[in-house]
Amino acid sequence: MMLGKFSTLVPLKGQQQVRGMATLKAISIRLKSVKNIQKITQSMKMVSAAKYTRAERELRQARPYGEGAKVFYEKAEVGPVGDVPQKLVVAITSDRGLCGAVHTQVSRTIKQELSEDPENTKIVCVGDKSRAILQRIYGKNIIFVANEVGRKPPTFLDAAKLANSILTSGYDFSSGRIVYNRFKSVVSYTTSDLPLFSLKAIEAAPKLNVYDSLDSEVLQSYMEFSLASLLFYAMKEGACSEQSSRMTAMDNASKNAAEMIDKLTLTFNRTRQAVITRELIEIISGAAALD
Amino acid sequence: MAAIARSVRPAVRFLTRNVTPVYARGYADMAFTFAAGNQVFYDNADVKQVDVPSFSGSFGILPKHVPTLAVLKPGIVTVFENDGTSKKIFVSSGTVSINEDSSVQVLAEEACPVEQLDAAAAREVLSKAQSDLASASTDVAKAEAAIAVEVGEALVKAAE
Repeated sequence: MMLGKFSTLVPLKGQQQVRGMATLKAISIRLKSVKNIQKITQSMKMVSAAKYTRAERELRQARPYGEGAKVFYEKAEVGPVGDVPQKLVVAITSDRGLCGAVHTQVSRTIKQELSEDPENTKIVCVGDKSRAILQRIYGKNIIFVANEVGRKPPTFLDAAKLANSILTSGYDFSSGRIVYNRFKSVVSYTTSDLPLFSLKAIEAAPKLNVYDSLDSEVLQSYMEFSLASLLFYAMKEGACSEQSSRMTAMDNASKNAAEMIDKLTLTFNRTRQAVITRELIEIISGAAALD
Repeated sequence: MAAIARSVRPAVRFLTRNVTPVYARGYADMAFTFAAGNQVFYDNADVKQVDVPSFSGSFGILPKHVPTLAVLKPGIVTVFENDGTSKKIFVSSGTVSINEDSSVQVLAEEACPVEQLDAAAAREVLSKAQSDLASASTDVAKAEAAIAVEVGEALVKAAE
């Protein structure tokens, strides 16, 4: 519709009359669309604000949990096993975009790591966004992708399922990292990582012998559960950073739209005034010519 | 010079004030963290004793317990606080880690104070799990149902 109108305008280029009228229409169409965009971004901001408050509340509960799960690995000084170089990187992102640079940050960190050792590192993508970014260059390093992340807040069941599929994926790794965005405040987050170890690496830990009465079954169960706990914690952090970042992004978008609306309204009014003046001139000069 | 001394002194005082309580606590106390996926009960709190049910048997943890790891069994974790009160919390599963520095982490998949449990609902869970176990056909389903029965039994016991 609009295109048709403009294409008829092409041969008339330079004629003030027709173009003035058309721009008036074009400006009002544009104004309307920007207003609609602003409405959308504003409501998206409201939605993510509500989701953020929930995510933040849940994160506060999950933080001691994640910290607690990490302590053993630090205290026992678990490290990668020397002769097994295989590593695993878990990217915690989500399926949804429009949230600033959260997903890009995670993917960038992983890309950096992969560029150092692309042979022995495999990726597990949580969320479609990290897959979309990493697949192009490191498609063959991706073991599997977890979908349907981000629509609802992550639960422990999600984390347990993820942990289970990592353990049953058949990939024999000795150490790894969970890369996620750690939530700091509404306006800031940092990309950080949690350690990830296989049973072999834990058994080879230098300080493991101070722990009393351990059998391999306990260690196995402990490792599996703590993997799920760490994933759960990372997902909670990621979800909270994402919502807060989306809130900021949508707030900025609304502000930009408001700025555009102001400018367009001004141009619209100026153009309308110009059209009125021109029509008056036409009438008056027409009447003057008759005298 | 005097100005520097003046500005340094509060900082030094601040430092010493911050350091002393840590020293006073030393290693004799335990930094006890008890959290579940849905709730945090203790975060680096100082408590007298903790009783946990594990697959290798229930045991009590006092400060300076030998470092160990254990896997939680469905049952009641009892926490004895320093003022003598005790708290009973039901856990479904999880892990216990006791580290060299006497810090203790109890991480449960799900946990709930015993007084919030409903005995009737617990019995319902148990009977549902039992019927699931009877009708389970595959090995995985059987194992899952057996775990559900175990949790159900512990729930009923805890709720009574």
